[in-house]
Amino acid sequence: MESLKPILAEHPFSKDLEKPYLELLTGCATNVRFEPGQFLFREGEEANQFYLIRHGVVAVEIFAGAAGPITVTTIGEGEVLGWSWLFPPYRWKFDARAVEPTRAIALDGKCLRVKCEADHDLGYEMLKRFAHMVEQRLDATRLQLLNIYEAHT
Amino acid sequence: MKPTLEDPVNATFSHPMTPSPFRVRKARQETHDMFTLELRPEEGAGRFPFAPGQFNMMYVFGVGEVPLSITGDPGKSDALVHTTRSVGAVTRAVCKLKRGDTVGIRGPFGSHWPMEQAAGKDVLIVAGGAGLAPLRPAIYQILSDRMKYGKVTLLYGTRTPADILYQSELEQWRSRLDMRVEVTVDRAPTTWRGSVGVVPSLISKVSFDPAQAVAMICGPEIMMRFTVRELESHGVATKQMYISVERNMKCAVGFCGHCQFGPQFVCKEGPVFRYDHIAPSLAVRER
Repeated sequence: MESLKPILAEHPFSKDLEKPYLELLTGCATNVRFEPGQFLFREGEEANQFYLIRHGVVAVEIFAGAAGPITVTTIGEGEVLGWSWLFPPYRWKFDARAVEPTRAIALDGKCLRVKCEADHDLGYEMLKRFAHMVEQRLDATRLQLLNIYEAHT
Repeated sequence: MKPTLEDPVNATFSHPMTPSPFRVRKARQETHDMFTLELRPEEGAGRFPFAPGQFNMMYVFGVGEVPLSITGDPGKSDALVHTTRSVGAVTRAVCKLKRGDTVGIRGPFGSHWPMEQAAGKDVLIVAGGAGLAPLRPAIYQILSDRMKYGKVTLLYGTRTPADILYQSELEQWRSRLDMRVEVTVDRAPTTWRGSVGVVPSLISKVSFDPAQAVAMICGPEIMMRFTVRELESHGVATKQMYISVERNMKCAVGFCGHCQFGPQFVCKEGPVFRYDHIAPSLAVRER
């Protein structure tokens, strides 16, 4: 079977990652595919993985009672889906549903958590990458909350 | 000679302070609060040359006058096209106009998008909400002379799928092989198959040469600030970015001072500015 290492190396998440860590990540990686409408995960489920999206679009949704499901953001090619695997209680807070046929690398977060505890350099590397992503998503969410396109008289 | 950004088009098709009567030929509702009007002169025919990014003053008789971007095709200057949003007393009246109604027009005024400076370069057009309207003439001009430019990308963000302006044209542009179009919305029902998120986040999804790209940005000022920061983080220099600024234009010829913004009059030196030229004024916290 073809190794996922070159595919993993090409993903922006792995940019400038040291070779031993890339190999370590490859050991935790699985190639996955989702059809449109298929859920990658659901709110409340155990969060034991994250996804490097290779192709397609995934909608991150929240079920808002009478308003039904609302798409909060979409994650596409070159982006990373999911950070709940990194923080207790390791449960998804949103649903993730493929909007288009989606190919991704699923990384075993449970396995990676153990490795990060054992090797804090790896842990710091992962946290830096995820903190950057969280910062970007927080900025975007703040901008969304401002409702900037609302007409002002 | 084609006008440059530093030498705005000064030739108005009427006396700059006297409105000429124009009749509404077509009125079209674009979204729940945005409308497009096509106007022809009340008497005779003529051509109304303008440069992408310029605006006219539209006078609704008995109500008042308002600056409106020209949103039509600069290659088809036999009619005037304006798209506006119903937000104040005058624009509400504009949006109620019907075929056959008469308005007064002064213009065109102001600076324009850097069409000549963008020649030979990648062009990134970043629009937010109603900000797509003043950029549409630039898109028309680029597509009419497509070989003149490098990669052309339109990134458009708006509130919801129902607020998307010029939907059918966006679909046409998206189907072209020589232009990339990405649309995102802030909120969407799960039936929406497109992107959800803010427009600056689309920048990392497209390819362009940051060293020689020209960015034309129009939308709410917060959106433009975030877009500028994101472009800077991708290596685009602020001198390669142009934004259209909206202020309270009244006379449109730089006399009255209503639209003074720092040392500039937006109606005369603007509305399109090179970002590094206007950045100090944008940094001032107005209340």
